[in-house]
Amino acid sequence: MKRYLIQRIGYMIITLFIIVTATFFLMQLLPGTPFTNPEKLTAGQMAVLNAKYGLDQPVGIQYLRYIGNLVQGDLGYSFQHEGRTVESMISSRIGPSAFIGLQALIIGAIVGMVLGIISALKHNSLFDYGSVALAVLGMSIPSFVFAALLQYYVGVKLGWLPVALWEGYSSTLLPSIALSVTVTATVARFIRSEMLEVIGQDYVITARAKGMTEKQVVVKHVIRNALIPVVTMLGPLAVSIMTGTLVIEKIFSVPGLGEQFTLSILVLDYSVIMGITIFYSALFIFVVFVVDIIYGFLDPRINFRGESA
Amino acid sequence: MKENILTVDNLHVSFKTQTGKVTAVRGVNFELKKGETLAIVGESGSGKSVTAKSIMRLLPKHNTEISKGDILYGEKSLLSLSAKEITDIRGSEISMVFQDPMTSLNPTMKVGKQIMEGLQRHQNMTKAQARDRALEMLKLVGIPKAEQRLDNYPHQFSGGMRQRVVIALALACNPKVLIADEPTTALDVTIQAQILDLMKDLQQKTDTAIILITHDLGVVANMADRVAVMYGGKIVEQGTLDQIFYNPQHPYTLGLLKSMPKLNEDKGQPLLPIAGSPPTLATLGEGCAFAARCPHTMKVCHSYTPQDTEVEQGHTAACWLQDVRTPKASPGEVLGVN
Ligand SMILES: Nc1ncnc2c1ncn2[C@@H]1O[C@H](COP(=O)(O)OP(=O)(O)OP(=O)(O)O)[C@@H](O)[C@H]1O
Ligand code: SF4
Ligand SMILES: [Mg+2]
Repeated sequence: MKRYLIQRIGYMIITLFIIVTATFFLMQLLPGTPFTNPEKLTAGQMAVLNAKYGLDQPVGIQYLRYIGNLVQGDLGYSFQHEGRTVESMISSRIGPSAFIGLQALIIGAIVGMVLGIISALKHNSLFDYGSVALAVLGMSIPSFVFAALLQYYVGVKLGWLPVALWEGYSSTLLPSIALSVTVTATVARFIRSEMLEVIGQDYVITARAKGMTEKQVVVKHVIRNALIPVVTMLGPLAVSIMTGTLVIEKIFSVPGLGEQFTLSILVLDYSVIMGITIFYSALFIFVVFVVDIIYGFLDPRINFRGESA
Repeated sequence: MKENILTVDNLHVSFKTQTGKVTAVRGVNFELKKGETLAIVGESGSGKSVTAKSIMRLLPKHNTEISKGDILYGEKSLLSLSAKEITDIRGSEISMVFQDPMTSLNPTMKVGKQIMEGLQRHQNMTKAQARDRALEMLKLVGIPKAEQRLDNYPHQFSGGMRQRVVIALALACNPKVLIADEPTTALDVTIQAQILDLMKDLQQKTDTAIILITHDLGVVANMADRVAVMYGGKIVEQGTLDQIFYNPQHPYTLGLLKSMPKLNEDKGQPLLPIAGSPPTLATLGEGCAFAARCPHTMKVCHSYTPQDTEVEQGHTAACWLQDVRTPKASPGEVLGVN
């Protein structure tokens, strides 16, 4: 177990390093400068600014310097906001994003599980067909479409919930619901197919042959075994929520990390773009890691030495 | 004469499939007496498992139809029981052991718990009592260090040990009938013998009646009191072990025996597998299902289905050679047995 952990953490660091490097060099390819109204600046002023932020150095040096600072936990300063560290910009924005993201995950997971389980138990019924169709829609229609629909119908027409802005709990609901649609659809589809697979397994027949009632068979043997692999969906779901927040926060004017990210890209605030990318990547790598550990505890067949007993 | 514990009477089972209705069991009759072992043999697809699962009512509800016949447990018709009543019988009165021990245990539940579940369901036991009984069962089926093994998961056992667990699970509630559907097919030869010995041994201790489904006539010879030979969804011949092995009256039974290695070695004859392939159930109509492969086919075989004929006390065969209405056919002469 200990060896496994050390190895895993090593891989995680390498992965992160590759992502940082790739993002750094890709960003060099972006046209433009990070300064406001560069056309009004004289060549001299430009040179001063470039020197101040180290942009006059060769790319290689800039890269090494960035990595050097990163290792010490320093993400640098914003190019746009005088004197603000990237770190403070991330941490001041994280709360709203985390809140609507987690809320979306919880709503999506619960609704998705219920739909998926009922679908599988009523395999080939009208309910099943309906929920499969809805799941396909939910997975293929982008979340901003739902966001717009929710804003219009629930926000404007019915007036039940705030259309946008960040003013108390009620403002978190529409963004979370819009984000949760993809999660619901993905989870529902996944659980349905897991359930159908488990229902056909020999050990389910064994459970019936023992005289377990249908309810006991479903709860103790089918659902339990079908739910375990759902944990592996957390990684992809986290990504879908992270990318979802980029647009959703913009639409609902949520002062979160996603909104900050889109803003920074528009004005080429290099250090903030890098910082948020690293943050998202690290978060994702961490989620995948945690998922693997949890899975190992849930499924007794897995042990961390990678042997099958 | 011991009493009948299980009676299968003219059982017909069909499935609705995409390509139409398939009748997999087409009039099966047999009786099982207390404490005896009935072996059901026959080629793949002959309907052995379907018959077994019908008794336990384990066939999928949505596409199965039991169109005719009945199954009696004692006096009680199993087919007319409610869903709740049949679950009371499963695992407590009639138990089943399946072919593949690698897949027949729940991979994420400790084996002790899997045995205890049935006990708690049927015997009103507390957790502690059920655990004691589960431990006793694991010891009984010969699992070493049973105390620790209770808390292990199935993947921590070898195939043979798993099948022992499955047997422990099946016998935990002292059922009157154990249905074992090819319980050793998935195991190594040496392990097979151990598992069969174990079953024989436990049967003597508990007086359980066993229906043993198998392809292996060697296993039959070791285990069975009576033998039923299935072909194309029917029992074409049944009788005591000696009757079937030493006085077979159906050409298919004879073919099976000739394809069995041991018997031939004795006579120095080559192995003779039955030529041809099993019938397609979907297209089977009137006539003997074996007609296309039978070396003694007559005209009547194609157009009329042969009925069970008693050839001696407790020994029946369904073949026109045995029928009094075909007096010119003398089965002993034709088949080369007497
Ligand atoms: N649930 C089902 N739906 C449709 N057809 C089925 C179903 N179960 C069994 N059958 C068909 O019934 C026939 C008899 O199957 P069965 O499993 O009883 O054979 P078997 O004698 O046990 O063979 P084997 O020795 O291979 O186990 C086969 O043709 C099979 O395809
Ligand atoms: S009834 Fe005819 S075809 Fe069928 S086994 Fe007897 S002799 Fe052969
Ligand atoms: Mg079978």
